[in-house]
Amino acid sequence: MQPKPPSNPGRRKFLIAATSIVGTGAVIGAAIPFVTAFNPSEQAKAAGAPAKADISKLTKGEMMLVEWRGIPIYIFRHTEESLTNLNKNLSRLSDPDSEEDQQPDYAKNSNRSRKEEIVVLEAVCTHLSCAPKFYPELGTTDFDSDWQGGFFCPCHGSMFDLAGRVYSGVPAPTNLPVPPHYYESEDVLVIGEDEEVT
Amino acid sequence: MKFLTLILAFMSLQLFSAEGGPCGHFLSEDGLEEGKCEEFKADHTDKESLQKGAQIFMNYCYGCHSLKYGRYNRVARDLGIPEDLFQENLMFGDQKMGDLMSIGMDQSEAKDWFGVAPPDLTLETALRGTDWVYTYLISFYEDETRPLGVNNKVYQNVAMPNVLRDIQGLQVSTCKQVPKLAANGGLSQDPLSGEVITEEQCGFLQIEQEGEMTAEEFKESMKNLTNFLSYMSDPIKEERKYIGKFVILYLLIFTVLSYLLYREFKKDVH
Amino acid sequence: MFTRLLNWVDDRFPLTDTFERHLSKYPAPIGQNFWYLAGVLLIVVLVIQLISGIWLLMNYVATTEDAFASIQYIMRDVDYGWIIRYMHTTGSSMFFLLIYLHMFRGLLYGSYQKPRELLWVLGWLTYIILVAEGFTGYVLPWGQMSFWAAQVILSLIGSIPIFGEELLTWIRGDYLISGITLNRLFAFHVVLLPLALIAVVFVHIVALHEVGSNNPEGIDIKKHLDEDGVPLDSVPFFPYDVVKDLFAIGIFLIIFCFIIFFFPDGGGYLIEYINYEEANNLKTPDHIVPAWYYTPYYAMLRAITFPIGPLTAKFLGFVVMGGAMVIIAFVPWLDKSPVKSIRYKGLFSKLALFILVLSFIVLGYLGMVTPNPLRTALAQVFTATYFLYFILMPFYTKYEKCKVVPERIKI
Repeated sequence: MQPKPPSNPGRRKFLIAATSIVGTGAVIGAAIPFVTAFNPSEQAKAAGAPAKADISKLTKGEMMLVEWRGIPIYIFRHTEESLTNLNKNLSRLSDPDSEEDQQPDYAKNSNRSRKEEIVVLEAVCTHLSCAPKFYPELGTTDFDSDWQGGFFCPCHGSMFDLAGRVYSGVPAPTNLPVPPHYYESEDVLVIGEDEEVT
Repeated sequence: MKFLTLILAFMSLQLFSAEGGPCGHFLSEDGLEEGKCEEFKADHTDKESLQKGAQIFMNYCYGCHSLKYGRYNRVARDLGIPEDLFQENLMFGDQKMGDLMSIGMDQSEAKDWFGVAPPDLTLETALRGTDWVYTYLISFYEDETRPLGVNNKVYQNVAMPNVLRDIQGLQVSTCKQVPKLAANGGLSQDPLSGEVITEEQCGFLQIEQEGEMTAEEFKESMKNLTNFLSYMSDPIKEERKYIGKFVILYLLIFTVLSYLLYREFKKDVH
Repeated sequence: MFTRLLNWVDDRFPLTDTFERHLSKYPAPIGQNFWYLAGVLLIVVLVIQLISGIWLLMNYVATTEDAFASIQYIMRDVDYGWIIRYMHTTGSSMFFLLIYLHMFRGLLYGSYQKPRELLWVLGWLTYIILVAEGFTGYVLPWGQMSFWAAQVILSLIGSIPIFGEELLTWIRGDYLISGITLNRLFAFHVVLLPLALIAVVFVHIVALHEVGSNNPEGIDIKKHLDEDGVPLDSVPFFPYDVVKDLFAIGIFLIIFCFIIFFFPDGGGYLIEYINYEEANNLKTPDHIVPAWYYTPYYAMLRAITFPIGPLTAKFLGFVVMGGAMVIIAFVPWLDKSPVKSIRYKGLFSKLALFILVLSFIVLGYLGMVTPNPLRTALAQVFTATYFLYFILMPFYTKYEKCKVVPERIKI
């Protein structure tokens, strides 16, 4: 059978457009659950909940490790000496004033920390995500002749000082990130949130 | 002809007969039906009831029964309980808000104590229905012959102790006089006095000594508890129905448009 | 620009040609009715099942320890996981509902007759694959019904004489239904069977487009062509049938979404209540029933209560159940009628088809309830009538009086 031409082409055009638009909307709507299902599940969120660390036993010059969202978090308590050492190598650092957005605002200071003597860092090298190693020793090391204490990445040799600031001339482009954190009390540090949620 | 009707009646009985009441030996108030559950329809929008039910569950059931597919924070959020209040009143030990509601009880140890491990109850109302769960909860009674001194009308020889005795009080299975049924299904009456003839029937539940709650309060609490369990088995129910309305409405618009389009094209070939 | 791109592609791939051959110039017979919508809806359901299945696969864990919990994880912890799972559970029932309607349409209008025999057999093959797909998928949630349904159905294999027990152990890979069995059923469900299904469905459609669609009149539209060689009693599939299909899809999706959002359990028919309890190999549920779409065959299985010679009742039940599915494939050669559509067939054909449908529905009911002597007797009667529809087909179709089929379709 030879179909007749449309009697009212305008009406037909309108109906085609309307059905197509509403139909496309339906497909997009149907895609919503499939797209959102890729979000972290409640299980992942629970596992990624803020981590607590008891820092009462952390003595000066010592570092402890806690896990948050599956990554190692380094917590280091400065000695008076290491605090002053932070300023010794400024010229060799690529971002000594923490201009890059690698820390919450409250940690954008010379120590990159909320409390002057305690530094909290995500131990994920900003180069290719290895965990840098803690080297508190001063002086000559295998990788540096004037080491002021800090972190050295064994994967590709990036160097960071004790505030997590990256040296220039190494593969890592930016400072180590400071995770959101706050002190619930004098001795309890909460990592993963900027302040207490009520 | 009569013979044929009889055969047909017999056949339909055989064909469509119910397969026994789900509620064991539970007797209805009038003593006429055994095994029929008391009705309870869950209402997940009644937040107050759900909160009360959660409180009873956490205090009386959670020692042995887990809700291991649910999470604390989800329950707190859905029931409208602030997290700190929830943590203070409904959680024990050092569990976190995001944790699954599993309990520390060792399953094999529990099996030694009760003979069977207490089942997880997350999906209990989905498995057995709210009517069954509610009727089961109100059907514990004293029974000397059982090792734990307690039995249940719905679940004969249940291994679970009556943890609700403190609030329910002592419930016993008693006998009472009930109207006798005549052959035609009506009440039988004494032909002389016209009085209804009664007979003794046993198996009724009666509270002999009240506990912390009155009988009415106790039933209300068990309804809340069942409601909470129903929520646990299907926590998304209300949201699902809410989204569903919009989805159906949208599809109706699409269908009307596609119908008009279909008619429009049909004109070409008619 | 667009034309140039199209030409470029056409030089390398028959795009325009394919579009014309299968859509814009594919002749769809006029006068196709409601029954002709099941096919396109089956494609819709196939797509829904594939996509929702892939998403379930991202979160499902195929171990006996975690399978049950992973379903609850999808239902509770994954964002909108519940919609995706309900799509899949509802979709499986819809799949069967639609394929039964589709098959009934074929019987109704003789859509299997020459030259559509192969088309029918290919369709039958998709049905058999779907039965296997449904069974393997049913086991995956690892609830009580999953486990015991697997136990019962796989046990049937053990009834085969001589090597049945060995075969059963080989299929299970264990001495009971275990994680090993679960894993192989899982592999079948998510890889082998879907691949086979897609392939056969594709070939089914290719075959359909080769021989052309039938119509409720059973008239061969290719007999009367216009000067361009286009059948007179046809319209181009695109856009005329496509807009009709769109409307049908709209109606279908309303029903589908209504179930998903308001009635996902389907009163225990779409998701069995017993399956809310984790599988326990030491505790048989009081009442085992398969999913509703298998209950007719299940009733036939149970109807065989008597041994014949050395063959046990159990084995015969298995044979009858399998035979009931297999016999469907032979319909094109059993039907000797000179006409296709039921509209022009004689009284016997109409009566026979009615009895077949009745048998199937009654058996479906009987398969859901617990057997008693009367129910078993009825199941035996209707199993017999089910088979008689096929076995007697060569006779009643040959000797009945048919009406004269018109030359052209009237609408």
